[in-house]
Amino acid sequence: MSIIIDRRLNAKKKSTVNRQRFLRRYRNLVKEAVQDAVDQRSITDVQSGSDISIPRKDLSEPVFHHGQGGQHEQVHPGNKEFNTGDRFQRPEGGGGRGSGDGEASDSGSGTDEFVFQINRDEFLEYLFEDLALPNLVRKELKDITEYKLKRAGFTSAGSPDRLNVVRSLRAAHARRIALSGSERREIRQLKRELREMEVSPSDTDQFRAKEIRQRITELNAKLKRLPFIDDFDLKYNNMTKVPQPSSKAVMFCVMDVSGSMTREIKDIAKRFFLLLYMFLERNYEKIEVVFIRHHSEARECNEHDFFYARETGGTVVSSALRLTDEILQDRYSPSEWNIYIAQASDGDNWEADSSKCRKLIEEKLLPKTQYYSYVEITDRHHQNLWHEYKMIEKENPGHFAMQQIRGHGDIYPIFRKLFEKKEAENA
Amino acid sequence: MPDNETLERELTQPKPVKQNFISTGSEWTFELLEQYDREFARLADKFRLDTYPNQIEVISSEQMIDAYASVGMPLMYNHWSFGKQFLSNQQSYQRGQMGLAYEIVINSNPCIAYLMEENTMPMQALVIAHASYGHNSFFKGNYLFRQWTDADSIIDYLLFAKNYIAQCEEKHGMDAVEEVLDACHALMNQGVNRYERPRPISPEQEKQLAKEREEYIQRNLNDLWRTIPVKETEQQAKEFRFPQHPEENILYFIEKNAPLLETWQREIIRIVRKVAQYFYPQRQTQVMNEGWATFWHYHLMHEMYNEGLITEGFIMEFLHSHSNVVFQPAFDDQRYSGINPYALGFAIFQDIRRMCEHPTEEDRYWFPDLAGSDWLDAVHFAMRNFKDESFILQYLSPKVMRDLRLFCINDDDREAYLEVSAIHDETGYRNLRESLAAQYNLGNREPNIQVYSADVRGDRSLTLRHYMHQGRPVEDNSALEIIKHLRRLWGFDVRMESVDQQDKVINHYELPSEELYPEEEGV
Repeated sequence: MSIIIDRRLNAKKKSTVNRQRFLRRYRNLVKEAVQDAVDQRSITDVQSGSDISIPRKDLSEPVFHHGQGGQHEQVHPGNKEFNTGDRFQRPEGGGGRGSGDGEASDSGSGTDEFVFQINRDEFLEYLFEDLALPNLVRKELKDITEYKLKRAGFTSAGSPDRLNVVRSLRAAHARRIALSGSERREIRQLKRELREMEVSPSDTDQFRAKEIRQRITELNAKLKRLPFIDDFDLKYNNMTKVPQPSSKAVMFCVMDVSGSMTREIKDIAKRFFLLLYMFLERNYEKIEVVFIRHHSEARECNEHDFFYARETGGTVVSSALRLTDEILQDRYSPSEWNIYIAQASDGDNWEADSSKCRKLIEEKLLPKTQYYSYVEITDRHHQNLWHEYKMIEKENPGHFAMQQIRGHGDIYPIFRKLFEKKEAENA
Repeated sequence: MPDNETLERELTQPKPVKQNFISTGSEWTFELLEQYDREFARLADKFRLDTYPNQIEVISSEQMIDAYASVGMPLMYNHWSFGKQFLSNQQSYQRGQMGLAYEIVINSNPCIAYLMEENTMPMQALVIAHASYGHNSFFKGNYLFRQWTDADSIIDYLLFAKNYIAQCEEKHGMDAVEEVLDACHALMNQGVNRYERPRPISPEQEKQLAKEREEYIQRNLNDLWRTIPVKETEQQAKEFRFPQHPEENILYFIEKNAPLLETWQREIIRIVRKVAQYFYPQRQTQVMNEGWATFWHYHLMHEMYNEGLITEGFIMEFLHSHSNVVFQPAFDDQRYSGINPYALGFAIFQDIRRMCEHPTEEDRYWFPDLAGSDWLDAVHFAMRNFKDESFILQYLSPKVMRDLRLFCINDDDREAYLEVSAIHDETGYRNLRESLAAQYNLGNREPNIQVYSADVRGDRSLTLRHYMHQGRPVEDNSALEIIKHLRRLWGFDVRMESVDQQDKVINHYELPSEELYPEEEGV
């Protein structure tokens, strides 16, 4: 007799372990694939997971099988026109359908890529492994501006609105029990004596009974005088102020769009900003992005215009920094916001402007920001802007960072350099 | 398919039997599953299908993908390759590129078969007939399974293996275990005994013996690897060969003789070897096993129809699935990926029955013993006593060759062309049959690779030999990968030689020296 079992409810996700083993084993390949996938995203689109594809040959598990060559016979179905002895050309690419050990169909659909899905958390995990947000710790400890009241036990002093009734009554009750102990013990004893005397006819006893009754009345009166509640009993909820790190962050994307910024440079900048956004997004509940593009003058714009508008002109970097500062003062108070500025440029600037930039950054921007990062996307010599910035970096280690990106391949490594966990700094 | 014509003829004939449908809708319930199963059991009995007790489990599609991923075994140990399989199946399933095969059945006692909850009632019935009565009776009846697999203890053994490997991971780290498993998986096909029958053993004994083996092996190894102080004469050295005869079971050889492995590593090799051995009969009887299961779901279902237990719609849906299963695209069809074992196996079993019941002159000439005999005796005999290779050699009839329009291509790399060496005509039948049978001989399919010698008195290197068959080389890249794996297990240099029929070495496979000691150089 057969047994029929409903297994649908238990033993789900049996392959989870194996799936994780797989991801673990191919960590590096998955990481690479994740970085490639970053390309195809808009900056604020980090809601979903991703299809990941890995070259199939890297995953293959070897088994001994026959290679091309030698002699073999293969039987096929569906003959329509052949006769024994017919000869024809060997199909292109060696054995083709003639190769007969079944390994050819091993990969199923025959694609070169192994495609599978990872979810959003996994995606971000691979992307930001070993990265840390600069100055995140410092912000929490130093620039605390918001507090949250948190309960922390009870006190015996406080304002009436914090009175804890239950605790107070419990204390009063305890006090009354403690203070009335001897009297009540006496009353109990007297009552017992009284009951015995009540059944006795003896006169002396009757007299004693009267005495006892009087004493009991006295004692009861004394008990009644015990206050029902005393100041001493009152208990108040104790609240302490707990510093609440701000959970808001704003990211300024500042980009040079002067004539020298080619489409490719902008593309690199976009990927850099995207990484930064996804990175911040992991650490803050709410994150806003401000896009500022500049040539000889600066303008705030939306993402699309930021990367794709064609308007252009000369280069005055300080214009953008000044605008950044204005927006900061207007909308993002440093006491409420964690402020990050990321600037991308090809390093070209108007001669006299660079020192102005330095001044603006050091005096106006750095005091308000968590972290200022500058990437120069170029493969040419450094211009004066770079040298001015170098001085800022020397003066503000760990607070201001700069790197040069020469091509697409540099984006991720440079991003990592700018944001990697610095043991010394946090210690 | 030729069989559909007969089907349709049967269906259009009036059915005198009183109708007594078990169900009419397409929804299934547990009560219905039980009722259908009861009817199948009754009919199976009538057809002398001897089975292990059935355990039928209803699962979701995700669980099916799960089950799929670990070679169908519910208690397989963990390994990344099963995860890869899972992701791959999940992706194709979600994209609709792959329908889930509707059945997985496990050669155990009780025999476990899975039904997917998404299936309709006719599909569930089909799977029960196919897996729980078809495959099940094959597992119990076929000589290879009887000889090589122990249905009573496989589940317990897998449980032991899973726990043992998990413990190893805890003790020695996941990477260390993975390294051994990867190497073993690469050599799985070389981890079976083809001709010796292993002694069946219970899982409790297994656990106990695992302990005893620990000590024994190490003791023996010490003997084998003891440095020998006595100086030998040239002659003595020449005569001493280890192993004395080439060993076909490479994993077995490694388990017993690798000098540097730790006991737990030897045990893992043993586990993979056991699993490989357990699956070996399945690899040798694919055509027969699927053909047999298909043959029986077809007959059991028709019997149900003839008795008026299922509706016309029911059997039409069944026939639709059935003809998908036995569909054989022609060689020039986009969908063609070799011969469909379901189609071939089903066609041969059907043909055996036909030759028994309605023999032609041709059948009397080719199969004088079958023509006119009892068909049930004939198919049971065929099921019990053959494997794919001998089954085809014994039963592939001219009619089936004609129906499938088989032809044979000879591919000889010494010639510039391919040649059609046989087609389905009088002169070609025998040729075709032998070629097709040879195609299912695992010995021809897989390179024949054996442990040739271990230099126990010298540099301890290991030499494998590939005995070439019809001049066919092994594929270089994977061969080198496997040698790399093997080297990790053996601990010293490993090389492989391809030799021809005259024992002349044709090819060498050896790791380039920079790959031999990468760790040492790196440190």
